[in-house]
Amino acid sequence: MGLLSKKDANLIKDPLADNNPITIQVLGICSALAITAELKASVVMAIAVMFVLGLGNVVISAMRNIIPSKIRIIVQLIVVATLVIIVDQVLKAFAYPLSKTLSVFVGLIITNCIIMGRFEAFALGNGLWRSFLDGIGNSLGYGIILVIVGFFRELLGSGTLFGFPVLGDPIEKTGLYSIGYENNGFMIIPPAALIVVGIIIWVQRSRNPALVEEN
Amino acid sequence: MAINTDKNVYTVVFAAVMVIVVGSILAFLATGLSGRINENMRFEKQQNILYAMGINDNVDEGSVNFVPTDIVEDKFSQYITEQIIIKGDQIVDNDEAYLIDMKKQLALAKKGETPELPLFIGEKEGKKFYVIPMYGKGLWDDIWGYIALDDKMIVQGVFFDHKGETPGLGANINQRYFMDDFSGESIMDGTRYAGINVAKGNNDPLNNDKEDNEVDALAGATITGNGVSAMIKETVNLYKDYLKTIRTN
Repeated sequence: MGLLSKKDANLIKDPLADNNPITIQVLGICSALAITAELKASVVMAIAVMFVLGLGNVVISAMRNIIPSKIRIIVQLIVVATLVIIVDQVLKAFAYPLSKTLSVFVGLIITNCIIMGRFEAFALGNGLWRSFLDGIGNSLGYGIILVIVGFFRELLGSGTLFGFPVLGDPIEKTGLYSIGYENNGFMIIPPAALIVVGIIIWVQRSRNPALVEEN
Repeated sequence: MAINTDKNVYTVVFAAVMVIVVGSILAFLATGLSGRINENMRFEKQQNILYAMGINDNVDEGSVNFVPTDIVEDKFSQYITEQIIIKGDQIVDNDEAYLIDMKKQLALAKKGETPELPLFIGEKEGKKFYVIPMYGKGLWDDIWGYIALDDKMIVQGVFFDHKGETPGLGANINQRYFMDDFSGESIMDGTRYAGINVAKGNNDPLNNDKEDNEVDALAGATITGNGVSAMIKETVNLYKDYLKTIRTN
């Protein structure tokens, strides 16, 4: 027997592909557009969302029997806002340059639909462990898409990965630049993320036609 | 016995307890981390001031690299020889200019009061630099920066930053290709303090003309560019009485 039961393992596996929060549930698109111009910001945002969603799901699950239903949305908002402020303050104290890179986007985690969606749809009706796994699974699924989009946008837009030049030096014209390649400025701006996400959705549905919605 | 969570009294008590618990957690966190956060902000300010003076770790023509955080305090005390606070054309204090909130002083000036303005005086390779902090409005939110002048009112370097300008457009005010254009420009137009305009279609995209008080604008970022122009002009105007006393031409 593995570490997790099959049912529990599916909580992690499903959001990675066949029930991905971005490509299938179409949630969390705003932040996928906003912060993926750099791979580093994508990775940090994914980790921040994992912390907020994993812990938030556990907190909501722990309180699920005592939360008054009339104010449950407000309670969920308070939980997510508190966790986001904690992430923001910790980044400012221990990773200041990164907190500047992410600037307003850390605050935007509050408006990330994935978080409120998982609180409402899963954590309010399930136990601590399963809610934790659901939070980790969904944030991993979200993070994978962010990293893929961030990879292509930074590579094609700036010629770098994690800030390191990998296509050569655009000024000295070395590497790919020596044969005429130019960084694509369009990849830096948010609409490029929509195109990359669209391509991922297309590839995913081509490989698994069962994911194609019927009209 | 199961709790009846639908009662109004229960809802009010639950909300009150939650507010107290959350408030306590956040207050504890803010108190615990404030020292470290303030220190990081001070280092950032020092890095920005040194950057405007041309003291940085730039290795190529593209990226912005500050003096590393672990040595910035040493470098700051090495290059910044004086920090003064001025009121009109008088020096009113000569310590802790970095504590002054430029945004508040600009608001005071707009109300017609005389602001207390910080000025950082540095020396590099025998040359004197006057570094002025600036604050203004971009398209979405605050923008700010530092401008380093010599005694002829020629810009020696600038640093700009922003809170929430559009990524890829207005956010590029902190990119090298924009900031580097300001070096060598004069803020004077004859005897008038003119500042520097971020101009669209100024027929000088390579910025070879250093006498025109203009640099080439960022494409697609008109309002942020106008904000930078206004920020420089407004700030220089506040300092002009004191700058007259140090001008050598």
